[in-house]
Formats: sequence, C-alpha cells, structure tokens
Amino acid sequence: MRLTAADLSIERGGRLIFSHLSFCLDGGEALAVIGANGAGKSSLLRALAGLLRPMAGQISLSPKMNLTLAEAVHYVGHADALKNVLTLAENLVFWSSMLATGAGKTEIGETLQYFGLKGVADLPAAYLSAGQRRRAALARLLVSPRPIWLLDEPLTALDLASQDLLRNAMREHLKGGGLIVAATHAALGLPAHELNMGAKA
Amino acid sequence: MWNIANPTNFLKLTSWLVPVSAVLTALLLGIGLYLSFIAPPDYQQGETVKIMYLHVPAAWMSMFIYGVMCLAALGTLVWRHPLADAAQKSAAPLGAGFTFICLATGSLWGKPMWGTWWVWDARLTSVLVLFLIYLGLVALWQAIEDPGRAARAAAVLTLVGAVNIPIIKFSVDWWNTLHQSASVFRLGGPAISPSLLWPLLIMAVAFTFLFLTLHLMAIRNEIYRRRLRRLSILAASARETDLSGVMMEPVR
Amino acid sequence: MSAASPLAALFAREWRIGRRAGGTGSMGVVFFLILVSIIPFAIGPDLVLLARIGPALLWIAALLATLLGLDRLFQGDDDDGSLDLLLMSETPLESIVLVKCVVHWLLTGVPLVIATPVFAVMLGLAPQAILGVTISLLAGTPALTFIGAIGAALTVGFGRGGLLLAILILPLCVPVLIFGVSAAQAAAGGTVPFMTPFAILVALSLAAFAAAPFAVALALRQARL
Repeated sequence: MRLTAADLSIERGGRLIFSHLSFCLDGGEALAVIGANGAGKSSLLRALAGLLRPMAGQISLSPKMNLTLAEAVHYVGHADALKNVLTLAENLVFWSSMLATGAGKTEIGETLQYFGLKGVADLPAAYLSAGQRRRAALARLLVSPRPIWLLDEPLTALDLASQDLLRNAMREHLKGGGLIVAATHAALGLPAHELNMGAKA
Repeated sequence: MWNIANPTNFLKLTSWLVPVSAVLTALLLGIGLYLSFIAPPDYQQGETVKIMYLHVPAAWMSMFIYGVMCLAALGTLVWRHPLADAAQKSAAPLGAGFTFICLATGSLWGKPMWGTWWVWDARLTSVLVLFLIYLGLVALWQAIEDPGRAARAAAVLTLVGAVNIPIIKFSVDWWNTLHQSASVFRLGGPAISPSLLWPLLIMAVAFTFLFLTLHLMAIRNEIYRRRLRRLSILAASARETDLSGVMMEPVR
Repeated sequence: MSAASPLAALFAREWRIGRRAGGTGSMGVVFFLILVSIIPFAIGPDLVLLARIGPALLWIAALLATLLGLDRLFQGDDDDGSLDLLLMSETPLESIVLVKCVVHWLLTGVPLVIATPVFAVMLGLAPQAILGVTISLLAGTPALTFIGAIGAALTVGFGRGGLLLAILILPLCVPVLIFGVSAAQAAAGGTVPFMTPFAILVALSLAAFAAAPFAVALALRQARL
C-alpha cells in the first residue's frame, strides 16, 4: 500500500497554510511531521483524513481499494471523542462498531488490558483522568483495524510508560504493513521518515 | 468564451458593464414611470391602480432573484465557482429588498382598495414567507465569518428553500381556502389593455436592469471585501508557505 | 464483547446518551408547559376562546419546543470530535443522520405528544379535539425534527445555536404547521374531513424522513470542507 500526497496546498479561514507539499509513504513506514505551531501539521493530518479539502493537489492511495481515503484511516486528533455519560467500555464498543471495515470482530477486552484501562472500563468517561482519556482515545486505534494511522501529537499528555505502550503498538502496526503519519514536537522514538514543515520559516 | 470565472476578468468586464447598465436602468425607469403616469386610470380604482406598476414588477423580481440565487448556489456547491459565492451573498439582500417593496406597495394599494393594510390571503402570506426565507439567508450570511463556509451553508439553505417554496405556496393556498374570509375583494386587478400593459412590461425590464446593476456592483464589492480580508490575514502572518522544496528525510 | 451492526450501535449510543444526559425529554416538555401556561395569562382565562384556538396554541408550542432543542443534535458530537469520526465511517452519513434524528424524535418529540392531552385539557378542549391534536402532533413532529435537523447541521459550530436555527427553519415548517392545525381542528368537527389534511401531514413527515437526511449530510460535509 502506498499513500501519496502530490502538490498539496491547504487553506484555512482564508489563510494559505502551506503550498506545494508532496510526499509518498509505503506500507510499513512511518512519517514524523515536524514544524512549529501553525505550520500546518494538524491541517495536513485532517486533509489526509478526508476532513479538510485541499485547495490544490491530490491525496491518493494505491492500489485502488474499495475503501475511500477517509475509510482507510484512523484519525486521533486533539479531541478524544469520548462521551462523558457513557462508560469507557461503551465508548470503545461503539467506535469499534462504527469504524469497522469489513467483517472481523475485535475484542476490546485485550485492548483495555493493554492500555491499562481494564479497571476503569465500567466507569463513566467523565471520571477518567486526562492520561486515561488520552489512552482511551488511542485505544480506538486497536479496536478496529485500519491500515493508516494519523496521529496528532500522540505522545503529549502521556506518561513515559504509556508512551512505550503506544510505541509498541505503533511498531506492531508497521510490522503488519500499516502506515503511520504522526505530527510531533518531540522525537517519536521509532525509525521514521521526517518531514519538516517549518523548513522555510 | 470569456473566462469571467476569474475575478480579475470579472472586475474588468463589469467596470464598463455596470455604468452601461445603470444608464439603461435610469432610462427605462424614466420611460416606465412616465408611461405609468400618463396611463389611463382604472374605472373602478382611479389612480391608485398605478401602484401596480411598482408592485407587480417587484413581485416578479422577488421570484426571479430566488432563481438567480439557486443557480449561484449550484455554482458554489457543484463547481466551487468563486464568483458564485459572491453572487449568492449579494443577491440575498436584494431579493429581500424587492420582496419588501412588493409587500409594502401591496399594503399601500390594499388600504384604499380593500380597506385594510394587510390580509392573510394565500398570495400575501406566501410572499411573506418568502420574505422570511430571504431574511433567514441574510442572517446566515452574517452569522458565519468564513466566506467560503458561509457560501456553502447558504447554498444548502437556498436549495432546500427552493424545494419548499412550491410546498409553502400549496399549503398556504389550502389554508386560505379553509379560512374563507367573509368579505369579498378583487385580487385580479384591472384587465390588461395595451396602454396599461406597456408601462408594466417596461417597468419590469427596468427593475431587472436595476437588479442587474445593483447585483454586479454588490459582487464587485464582495470581491474587494474578500481581497481585503485576504490581505489583512496575510499581513498578520507573513510567513513563507511554499513547501515545494521540502523532501521526506530517509529513515534514521 | 463483539461489534454489533454500526447503525444498531449508533442507535444504542444515542439512546443511552439521551437518557442519561439529564433533561433531554423533560426540558422540552417543561418548555411546552410554560408556553401553554403563559398564553392564558396573555389572552385571559376565557375557556371558550382558549378551546377554539387551543389546537393552534399547542402546535405552536410544540414547534418552538422542538426547534429550540434541536441544536443539541450535532453540537455535542462536534465539540468532542465525534462528528469527524462519524464522517470517516463506512456507514453512509445519511443513514447516520437518519438514526440520530429518529432517536431525537423518540426522546423529545414523543414526550411532547404524550404531554399534549394533559395540556389540552388545561386549555378546555373537547375530547374529540384532544384526540385530534394529539394524533396530528404524533404525525407531524417527525417532520419538524427532520426539517429542523437541516437547520441544526447548518448552524453547528456557532454560538447562536437555537435562535439562528429557528430563524432559518421556521419558514420551512409552515406547511407542517398549517396541515397539523388543520387536521387537529378537523377532528373536532367542521366542514373539512379529517383524513385530507392528516394524509398530507403524514406525507410531509414521510417526505422529510426520506429527503432531509440528504440535505443534512450535505450541510455537515460542507461545513468541514
């Protein structure tokens, strides 16, 4: 699988954020997008998720699959998409259904165990700490399989142990042929290509 | 085929088109109003029938402008035509204005003719609802700061309204026939003879050119407004945004 | 735990959220009650007059209670990032919208319908009229919810919320109001047979049910792109 961005230009609120960006990423590869705040990292991720239409340029997946771009990616942004009145388990079960592609049921018990959330699984999400919420958002990545992971500053708000958990999960994903594009300030801690969006600041 | 999609070309085109249209408008309005004044008064209503020469063309315009807005809405949603956004935004207040003229002149006509400023008959009521739809569109334009997003939201609302206007017409007709008013009044107005028809048609064409002039002027203003906005935003964040030379570094 | 069908999971989720987030149905009913109550303060306690305009008052109150509560339909999901993810599901957005609207109607429209007979008695309506207005609201509130959802999608993300939504959508709800009140009054007697406006009312609801999700999905997508 290959993700290609060709000559992308993105505009938000009338402002040109960046223009003429190109890259291509193959299966098993990770891309770390770095740059100052406002350089457009989040906008790039949203465009790759199909949530933002680029002003110019193309984003494509090859080989051609039944899935559209939006259906082939997991997007973990700054918001964690957890409903406060639902329990953590209910939240994850819902997303595992809603974001499922094709047959194949994923056990959320294992994922909860992996991220150390088993104990709080039956609590309403309102009672979770910030770190737990972050882990719950990342748990989405594992409860329904999708080939491409788009992560916006995934290591922020995680303690060191949880960062390692995430890195392991990312390594497994890459080993299985998946792709990862992560916007990050700090080093990812994984072998990854680097794309510096603040290159000409 | 002129590429008027380009705002610069559009501005060039309209820089001479607008004055020409304005002159035509003034001319036609002058002729139309003159003919209206010298037209024979109605045997029943006297001179007040001449409000018709403002009222009927305004009514036609209120519906015509909605049609123009629908086309512009399609341009925004389907082709993402930048001028379509401006055309939509400019048309909404003009449509509201002509509809208001229609309602107001109708009201002024109604007082001497029916003895009342307003009556809830089918036609008045459905025009009132059309006026409310126009006002809703203007409110939507004002509520959304980002011009692109405002255009798309307004386009959806315009098209939804387009589907609904016939339904509203039908339902208000139904409602009106349920509640037959006790008093009888003539809605038809006078029979149209040539001496009355010509002023009406000329006034209709004059109003159309008035709309064209105002619309083009408003679109020009909108283009300038957008440019100003862009420049202001750029001035706030002067930063190199061209990433064409940026390459993906190999894995470390 | 295994994954259920996406739409069933969505239904369950929306239902749970609606039931647990206190006040979803009851706020609408309380607002309905307040509107119905203040009208006699304005018009006077003449029961004969109130009975005559009762069906219309109940319909207007139900319309306002529905519209002012609809901004909640998408705002919560937009705030916490769920809306983005729903757009990335394999399930068509139109179906998602349909399910959300159905749940919303069940949790806010149906309580209004259930409360109607009680309030109708307060306005002095005869039993025939009470039945008529209740059935007409049952048939017409789905239309109000689905048409209102279009407004909710157009105004998601802005502070103005309910008021702007009401301004945009009220003109489009006029046909539903007309036929709804007409059906309610026809049930109480009169020259118009009940079935005629009622059938049209049902048709409006079905048409809104079928067509509005497309307009709503379009509005939601356009807001993002």
